[in-house]
Amino acid sequence: MRYTQGEYRILNKTAIAKQIYDYTVLCPDIARIAQPGQFVHLLPKGFPLRRPISICDIDAEKGTLRFVFEVRGEGTAELARLNAGDMIDMLAPVGGRGFKINENAKRVILVGGGIGTPPMLPLAKIYGERAVAISGFRCSSMVILQDDFKEMGAKTILCTNDGSMGIKGFVTIPLIEEIEAEKPDIIFACGPRPMLKAVAEIAMENDIECQVSLEERMGCGVGACLVCSCKAIRNGQEIHAHVCQDGPVFNAKEVIW
Amino acid sequence: MADLSVNIAGVEFKNPVIPASGTFGYGREYGRFYPLSKLGGIATKGTTLESRLGNLAPRIAETPSGILNSVGLQNPGIDKFIRVELPNLMKQETVIIVNIAGSTVEEYIEVAKKLEETDAHMIELNISCPNVKEGGVAFGVSCDSAAGITAAVRKVTKKPLIVKLSPNVTDIAGIAKAVEAEGADAVSLINTLLGMRIDIRTGRPVLRNNVGGLSGKAVFPVAVRMVWQVANAVKIPVIGMGGVATANDAIELMMAGATAVQVGTAMFANPFAPIEIIDGINEYLDKNGISSVREIIGSVKSW
Repeated sequence: MRYTQGEYRILNKTAIAKQIYDYTVLCPDIARIAQPGQFVHLLPKGFPLRRPISICDIDAEKGTLRFVFEVRGEGTAELARLNAGDMIDMLAPVGGRGFKINENAKRVILVGGGIGTPPMLPLAKIYGERAVAISGFRCSSMVILQDDFKEMGAKTILCTNDGSMGIKGFVTIPLIEEIEAEKPDIIFACGPRPMLKAVAEIAMENDIECQVSLEERMGCGVGACLVCSCKAIRNGQEIHAHVCQDGPVFNAKEVIW
Repeated sequence: MADLSVNIAGVEFKNPVIPASGTFGYGREYGRFYPLSKLGGIATKGTTLESRLGNLAPRIAETPSGILNSVGLQNPGIDKFIRVELPNLMKQETVIIVNIAGSTVEEYIEVAKKLEETDAHMIELNISCPNVKEGGVAFGVSCDSAAGITAAVRKVTKKPLIVKLSPNVTDIAGIAKAVEAEGADAVSLINTLLGMRIDIRTGRPVLRNNVGGLSGKAVFPVAVRMVWQVANAVKIPVIGMGGVATANDAIELMMAGATAVQVGTAMFANPFAPIEIIDGINEYLDKNGISSVREIIGSVKSW
């Protein structure tokens, strides 16, 4: 497969929560081949490094990709200055391993924490009513994408740390309840590392396949510079895997937390 | 179309642009953007005798106009490199420069000996990696140790030997002269400048290794200065690097005295940077009626 890098037209930009922006970009050549779990590597103009952002929706027919990101620093602030009609410099799709889709799964649980929620949406699109989408946020002003999950037909469960919306507490509370109600075939998760670790442990205890999407500070995004390392076990050996190329999606059993 | 070819230690390069060690892996990844045969050469990831896991993450931090990295020489080891990566590289119709690193003189010798039996075109001796305590930088910071390791490797290899110099020294020209005297066929510079960033919210260094190597546009003026000083001090060719991002940067570094340039950090923002630099140098030469890129090497009219 060849990599694609170039400038693509932004069709839509929406501010969907405090400092969180939702972009749709016209990029038919990328939309045709992008897979759930992969990411786009965006260049804020004038910055030395690109920013890896998860893909939130792939529409091959319309030739569009959608992604959602939070302004966290100067680079993402620069990206957030771009508006509909502007061009954005993307290297995409990147990510050597996206989510492994099992078409036959009868029930899956999607666990998204904060800005780790967007990559769960393509999975909700695939699994529809077979999916339970559990999302956790710090507070009500950070909540995103709940209507999108409902639209896909997923059972949608919301948690906030401060209880300002939905269940008060962490995503692990409804996760355990849903597992007890009916054991899922797969758990997919993306979010802060402590959340992923907790989800992975619950999956392990219940003997459920668990796929986690990891984040790490990144350089090239294509596996050449080796900066985005993460400790993992492969073939019984401890390795420093690279999130961009060996992931970003890992089997939770491979990850050394 | 101007003549872009240059010659370093008897090795012919079709153009003077080479992706720098540590930014280009073993070529496979960027081979998915463009044919590697377009490049003047490739400097491979630093390779050691045994495989190395490298440092813990985070290994990268952005800085004003640059980056800090602390990869720590993660590589599969020379045997696996020769078995798995080198055959693929040798098919790419470009000059293959194998960057080697080690913790001891014996390790460098062992790696160089193993390469002697291969078709690799050149060896780049990394005595300047700042990210591993025993990653060679100790050899690169004094004239005696740089000369010693050069002499030791020189004895076991007939391949053209490039010594990659550290900028974290008081007199880089002195070190260049010392390695020239011991048989280096060329020098390449600059490796990264040792730097550090701290996250003031957590009070922790941004890099898990605390310190790392600074590269990118921020270091370019330092590179120009050091290339100029070294080119004026030695007779062997100089390969310049450090923040080269555009054809103008490459031309500037060649005017300072570089016979060829390496491009690294710029590729993270623009994977096509080396290709655009090659095209840009050609355009510059054509526009200025210069028939060969060799005419600009060291052509700075110093005050």
